[in-house]
Amino acid sequence: MATPTEFRLPRYGEDPDGTHPPLGYPGYRSTALRHPKQDLVLLPQMLTEVTGPLLGPGRLGEHDNDLTRQHAGEPQGQRIIVTGRLLDGDGRPVRDSLVEIWQANAGGRYRHTGDRWPSPLDPNFDGVGRTLTDSDGRYTFTTIKPGAYPWKNHDNAWRPAHIHFSVFGSAFTQRLVTQMYFPDDPLFSQDPIFNSIPDEKARQRMVSRYDHEITQAEWALGFQFDIVLRGRGASVFEEEEDED
Amino acid sequence: MSSLLPTPSQTVGPYLSIGLPWPDGPHVVPEGTPGAFWIRGTVRDGNGDLVPDAMIETWQADPEGGFRHPDDPRGAADGEFRGFGRCPTEADGTYGILTVLPGVVPGEGGATQARHIDVSVFARGLLNRVVTRIYFEDQDNTADPVLATVPQERRGTLIAAKTEDGYRFDVRLQGDGETVFFRV
Ligand SMILES: [Fe+3]
Repeated sequence: MATPTEFRLPRYGEDPDGTHPPLGYPGYRSTALRHPKQDLVLLPQMLTEVTGPLLGPGRLGEHDNDLTRQHAGEPQGQRIIVTGRLLDGDGRPVRDSLVEIWQANAGGRYRHTGDRWPSPLDPNFDGVGRTLTDSDGRYTFTTIKPGAYPWKNHDNAWRPAHIHFSVFGSAFTQRLVTQMYFPDDPLFSQDPIFNSIPDEKARQRMVSRYDHEITQAEWALGFQFDIVLRGRGASVFEEEEDED
Repeated sequence: MSSLLPTPSQTVGPYLSIGLPWPDGPHVVPEGTPGAFWIRGTVRDGNGDLVPDAMIETWQADPEGGFRHPDDPRGAADGEFRGFGRCPTEADGTYGILTVLPGVVPGEGGATQARHIDVSVFARGLLNRVVTRIYFEDQDNTADPVLATVPQERRGTLIAAKTEDGYRFDVRLQGDGETVFFRV
C-alpha cells in the first residue's frame, strides 16, 4: 500500500453499521427491482475517490436560498428558516460547498408532472433551493413547511413532511443525498423510507430540531439540521502499515 | 477534532428532476471543446425495463490525469474543465454526458490506473446511490488494479463501447448483466 509521498491521500472512514439503509428493503416496494443482487466490490480510495467537484457560486441565482421570494407573490403555508452546518465526521466544517434542496409545497404537492395527487399547485412556490456553505460550514434556507403527501407504496401510505437535501462534501466518497424531517411527525411509524435506517439513533439524526433562537418574531419558525459526512480519519499510509 | 456520527442516506425519490438537474449539468466540458464526445446510455431495472427517474453523476480526471482539488498536489488544467457531469434519465431511460477522455491516473505503489470515470447512480427505489466505473474499450485496461479485482466474467459491464459520437455505457441495476457496483 506504499503510495508515493507526493500522493499521500486522506482515507475516509467507513460509516458505522446501521447508519445507511440496505439497498434491498421490502417495505419500500420500489427497491425490489432496482437494487443490485450481486455483492458490491470494494473500491480502494485512490485519487478519483478522495477528490470531488468543488462547485462554487456559479451554480447560484439571486433568490436560490429563499424559496419564499422566487415569485411575485408569497407562497401559502408556514414560513420556516432551516439552517445547519455541513461537517465531516471529524468535526471539520465543509466550507464553500453546494447544498441543494427540493420539496413539496404546503399542501404536499411537488411541481412535477408526475405528481398527480389532488392537492393544488402553488403558483408562488417552486420548491427548489440552492446555497453555499459559509466559512463555518453553515447553510441557511428560508422556505415554507412542506405538507405530508400520500403515495401508493402500501395501504393508506403517507410520507412524513420532509425536505430533500443533496450535498457533495469535498470528495467523491462523501457524496450524500438525504431527507430532513420535522420533530414529532405522527407519520414516522408507517414510513418505510424513514424506517429503512437500521439504527434508531441514526434515524433520529435525519430529524431537524426546533430552535427558538432561530425563530424570528412575527416572521418564521426556525429549525436546525446539521449534516455530517464521512470523516477523513488518519491520513498517513505509513502509520497505518506500522499498525498492521 | 471531535468525532461526529454520520447522517444517513435516503432516496432521491420520484421528483429529483425538479431539484437536481442543471441546464449545463451534462457538460463536463463546454460544447465545442476539442476532442469532446458523448457518453450515452440507458438505466434498466431487474426486469430489463428502462428507468425514467434516475440520475447519473460522473467525476473524472482531466486529460492529463489531474484533479483540480487540494488533495491532488499536481492540480488540473485550468480553463473550463469541470470534471463533474450530471444528467437525469429521460422518459425513455436514456442519459448523456459530454466529456473528454480522462488521463491515466496514479494508483497505489507507483502503479497507474487505466483511464476511468467514477459514476454515481441515484433513483427512486435506490435508498442509497450505487457507484460504478466507466472504462473505455479502445484503451489499454490490462494493468488496471481495480478491474483486476472484478470477476473476469463481469468486467465487461464496466467497459464503454465505441459509438459514432463517443461511447455507450448502459447501467443494469439488477438481473442479467447486472453492472458491477462498488463499495467506496
Ligand atoms: Fe419527497
